Amino acid sequence: MTDSLLIPIIMTIVGAATPILLAALGELVVEKSGVLNLGLEGMMLIGAVTGFAVTATTGYAPLGVVAAMIAAAASAGLFGFLTLTLTANQVATGLALTIFGIGLSALAGENYVGQTVDVFGSVFPAALAEHPVLRVIFGYSPLVYVSLLLVAAVSWFLRKSRAGLILRAVGESDLSAHSIGYSVIGVRYMAVLFGGAMAGIAGCFYSLVLTPMWAEQLTAGRGWIALALVVFAGWRPMRLLLGAYLFGAVMTLELHAKAAGFSLVAPEFLAAMPYLATIAVLAIISARKAGKSLAPACLGKPFKPSS
Amino acid sequence: MLIELEKRKEPSKAMLYLTPVIAVIATMLTGAIIFSLIGHDGFGAVAKIFLAPLLDTYKWQDLGVKAAPLILIGVGLAIGFRANVWNIGAEGQYIMGGLAGTGVALATWGMTGWWILPLMCLAGIVGGAAYAGIPAFLKTRLNVNEILSSLMLTYVAIQVLYYLMRGPWKDPDGFNFPQTRLFTDDQILPTVIPSTVVHLGVPLAFLVAIIAWFVMSRSVFGFQIRVVGAAPAAARYGGFNTNKTIWAALLAGGGLAGFAGILEAAGPFGQMVPQFPTGYGFTAIIVAFLGRLHPIGIVLAGIILAITYVGGELAQSSIGLPAAATGVFQAMMLFFLLATDVLVKYRIKLASAVKAGDAA
Repeated sequence: MTDSLLIPIIMTIVGAATPILLAALGELVVEKSGVLNLGLEGMMLIGAVTGFAVTATTGYAPLGVVAAMIAAAASAGLFGFLTLTLTANQVATGLALTIFGIGLSALAGENYVGQTVDVFGSVFPAALAEHPVLRVIFGYSPLVYVSLLLVAAVSWFLRKSRAGLILRAVGESDLSAHSIGYSVIGVRYMAVLFGGAMAGIAGCFYSLVLTPMWAEQLTAGRGWIALALVVFAGWRPMRLLLGAYLFGAVMTLELHAKAAGFSLVAPEFLAAMPYLATIAVLAIISARKAGKSLAPACLGKPFKPSS
Repeated sequence: MLIELEKRKEPSKAMLYLTPVIAVIATMLTGAIIFSLIGHDGFGAVAKIFLAPLLDTYKWQDLGVKAAPLILIGVGLAIGFRANVWNIGAEGQYIMGGLAGTGVALATWGMTGWWILPLMCLAGIVGGAAYAGIPAFLKTRLNVNEILSSLMLTYVAIQVLYYLMRGPWKDPDGFNFPQTRLFTDDQILPTVIPSTVVHLGVPLAFLVAIIAWFVMSRSVFGFQIRVVGAAPAAARYGGFNTNKTIWAALLAGGGLAGFAGILEAAGPFGQMVPQFPTGYGFTAIIVAFLGRLHPIGIVLAGIILAITYVGGELAQSSIGLPAAATGVFQAMMLFFLLATDVLVKYRIKLASAVKAGDAA
């Protein structure tokens, strides 16, 4: 009895946590390089619609995921061109990218509304994936396992690898990194493209795994929660993992409370919960760290060596 | 060949005014090409969206009605953006202003008097400002990023709206539809031009823009806002209180967004409905930038964005262009503006790769 309730709850938490984890992990790398890309929501939507369209056309979900990564990374490249090459304001450009992504995805997905694709299911044999208890470990989309591997990989990359060190140097002190011969703009372009590709996977997690269908504004503001999550995690991948699952739990609470006809509080209050929780968490974290910020020192500042 | 950016000694005035025009033209051209590529009549669509509302004099009243909230919110946001305060939750403040004013309307329902409408407007302004006060408090006291907090609050405001429409504020005689009673004659904005939809809010929006122009260019407050935004270190050295500026910028932005909210509720809507948030708060961000964060520029930008709304609807009904196309056009405009922004601060030079190598 408890299993029959507990296991679906855990699985819903994992489902809710994975896309924001993927998107936030990409944004974390972007921000570590000193760039603030507020276009996460827009890139996710572009990924979501591309992934869905390609999967619906070819019938092959992995191809959809790759296409989503490419499309979202291309939109990130546009952001990079404006902010890095043309030194445009990062906040404004990121917002424009979100508005653009919302419109473009709605436009591109118009003919796909109402269609369905096969769920991007498990890679494990059905005996494990559909086992009443073991499915809590084996019953997920491959993207879930990919997201966990990526957390470990990014964590290792930032802390242990030489390239990661350069990336952090560019984010903490762009002028010094430049003066010892690293290409600040080059490193930032790579980071921004990576962030875009990750947002693309995150987006198609909604359209290929969770729903699986396409609807306008499918991601429903989760991109912004992912952005908040990066701050919440203090720019550390492992804490990001914890934060994403915490947020996943809050969102799941809402779903299950609604399903169970829980009527003590208004459903609107539960729907507002993830956002209120984000604000509360930001307040606690920011207050505690007031004075010494954990943010990369060059975050959001355009780089122009000669001026 | 290599593109090189050479910093201008001071920002080019000519480019400052020219780039928004370039951005609009580039958007029209690119839009036409893109929409042709995806199988629509691209040039027809652009003509419908950008020109039809201007050529059809009957549509001018709609332009005024659409531009008014965009101008009001845009002017308020620009004050914040100038001070480097990134309030992007104007949509939420707009909703809360509309709700606060609606609260007054419901409390005074059945009463008559000239004072009701001004009281609703006051409530709208206070409601929007109070809601923007939350990110201001979080930013100044706890150092919480205002971009995230103001945006999260927008999603919360939408839920508050849904809750009130579904429950406490539902019209008791409304056959269970989730909406309020219709406002009474004393709670509805009068039209200023007979037999049109142009309500009192339209001239008010223009008036607010003119007042903001004077405040921003002539007053100490305006100067302080500009200094804090352009040179925070100098502002601190000069004894300007950064926290006060953050409060002022957010309260001004929230108050004007709230004002726009109640003007919409008491104007075109005439009641409060769940469909009240239409994205004006987000579009106004584009308006603020396209208008160069200058109140008079924002009036022009507001009219341009209103054209895309009205034209977008025209294109939808006449040539079947999807509604989302309007958003794509609006975002492209901001992209092009930001891209051409580089021309204001830098001179573009074409240098050969060899020369660039020599210089380095």
